[in-house]
Amino acid sequence: MSAMNPSFSHRAKPLTLNDSAWVRHTLVVISLLTIGLFLILPLATVLIAAFAKGWSTYAASLSEPDALAAMRLTLLTAAITVPLTTVFGVSASWAIARFEFRGKNLLITLIDLPFSVSPVIAGLIYVLIFGAQGWIGPWLSDHDIKIIFAVPGIVLATLFVTFPFVARELIPLMQEIGHEEEEAALSLGASGWQTFFKITVPNIKWGLLYGVLLCNARAMGEFGAVSVVSGHIRGLTNTLPLHVEVSYNEYDFVGAFASASLLAGLAVVTLVVKTFLEWKQKQDLKAARQAAE
Amino acid sequence: MSITLHKISKQFGTFKALDNINLEIPEGELVALLGPSGCGKTTLLRIIAGLEQADQGDVFLKGDNVTDQPVKNRQIGFVFQHYALFRHMTVFDNIAFGLRVKPRKQRPSEAQIRDKVHSLLQLVQLDWLHDRFPDQLSGGQRQRIALARALAVEPSVLLLDEPFGALDASVRKDLRLWLRHLHHELNVTSIFVTHDQEEAMEVSSQIVVLNHGKIEQKGTPSEIYDQPKSDFVSRFIGQTNVFHIEDDDHGWLKSTGIIVDDPKGIVAHVRPHNISVEKTADPANSPVYLKDWQHLGGTIRLELQRNGNHSPATTIYAEMPNEQFKELALQKGEHVTLRIKHAHWFN
Repeated sequence: MSAMNPSFSHRAKPLTLNDSAWVRHTLVVISLLTIGLFLILPLATVLIAAFAKGWSTYAASLSEPDALAAMRLTLLTAAITVPLTTVFGVSASWAIARFEFRGKNLLITLIDLPFSVSPVIAGLIYVLIFGAQGWIGPWLSDHDIKIIFAVPGIVLATLFVTFPFVARELIPLMQEIGHEEEEAALSLGASGWQTFFKITVPNIKWGLLYGVLLCNARAMGEFGAVSVVSGHIRGLTNTLPLHVEVSYNEYDFVGAFASASLLAGLAVVTLVVKTFLEWKQKQDLKAARQAAE
Repeated sequence: MSITLHKISKQFGTFKALDNINLEIPEGELVALLGPSGCGKTTLLRIIAGLEQADQGDVFLKGDNVTDQPVKNRQIGFVFQHYALFRHMTVFDNIAFGLRVKPRKQRPSEAQIRDKVHSLLQLVQLDWLHDRFPDQLSGGQRQRIALARALAVEPSVLLLDEPFGALDASVRKDLRLWLRHLHHELNVTSIFVTHDQEEAMEVSSQIVVLNHGKIEQKGTPSEIYDQPKSDFVSRFIGQTNVFHIEDDDHGWLKSTGIIVDDPKGIVAHVRPHNISVEKTADPANSPVYLKDWQHLGGTIRLELQRNGNHSPATTIYAEMPNEQFKELALQKGEHVTLRIKHAHWFN
């Protein structure tokens, strides 16, 4: 049929467009329904429940000391883990993309480990190491160092679940870009740091930001691993996601959903920025491929 | 000596990339490192630059041993096959880079940098492109900018890795001559890597032929072409016909002018232009006939077929000027007599 219709065959469109209208409409409706049911509806519910008793109750439950402490702890955790993950991600991807060494494939596999391990297990690992009955727990309590049921444990658990994000993003990017530009900079007399900041970073910046963004979203939103090590001490070791759970269990629905609305807002912002960064990064990759031609 | 290499060896796993290389390059030469792919030429260039470390041996630049010096201290200019321009910087910023990263005490002022960059842009005849980004330039323009960038730091040695490898044939032709003339103007000692013997002959003042990590021969293009020292060089540089004295028909070889009574080796290499082709008076007794011919511009290449008595048919290539071929008025399939004017002998 398309052969008889020249204006149609001129367009290089995928064959699936020849599917009947019935199939097309059904698929579109299913997708939209799924997104509506599982994404838009819950998001709306969160906001409705948060504002169920009006703006002032919403504001009051967010400015309550425990809520504020949870926010502070969440921000602190992110402020510690994101830079560390970034440094690790850049070093690991640099090593993998630039050098040949023994155990390189093992390193690549290990970087993916936190993706395949349940976050609860990640938390348990730290309890088993640093907990009261753990390997070095007694030594730690002798020296009055608190890791489990304290902020260091939360940071460690968050680090574990977030450390692949930046590295995963940068490894393919740096492999694609290659290192000729860096060699060129060195041959022109630039130092290692100058080369890194003036050549490497501008080339990977969108991928780096993308990784940092995802890492930040995970660091702030992580529940499972943190839940195991935190001990749920209100005002001390509750992060925002834990605060949501605790409030909900105590029938403080407005408080729970008000905090949840903050996390939902973070998710929406992350999604928008992520889309922008993906677009930017695609352009960079395209430029890298053109330059290599 | 501007560049001296002393007993350079380099191994990648079990593969011997460079095997005891000794080389001296005088000031102001334009040297081609020529060889087939995998012969170690790029590795050697990168070792001179300091982008790669030799397993053994020393590199001297202007008499200083720089073996343990990192690339940034070697004062070299390096031009990459794929240009390696900084894609997030304009042409101007690319060229200015080497000046701007200098330590503060040696760094020229912005005004001096501007003058320097514009004079380099004029040198490579691309001043009008100064505010473009690399992806807006053609391949030939990118390569000239890459050269200008390397020259900005006034290197004592200029190293070019397959500088024309990624370019179209017509652009390559222009850039080769341009590079040669630019070198005459600047007179900075330069080494460029190529696998294209024609390019090496056309551009360089000295050619170093490499094979399997060893130097086969070093000399001017004429020396390399007219007095190849080895079987490999003779085959690699230009076309050549190979006659094995032992296997071949002595009677026939004698008739073409090759001295077989007192051979100087077991293999005779004959360049196509060293074979003269004449019409034969006795077609019945000539085993050679004209199979085909090609127009190469000023010369004609003749594809001559020889039917051996007891050996399989072989093809011999001869070349002669256009006019001579017209005078000869040979037809395809016509039998001819060959005279070999000159041969190189190898064992």
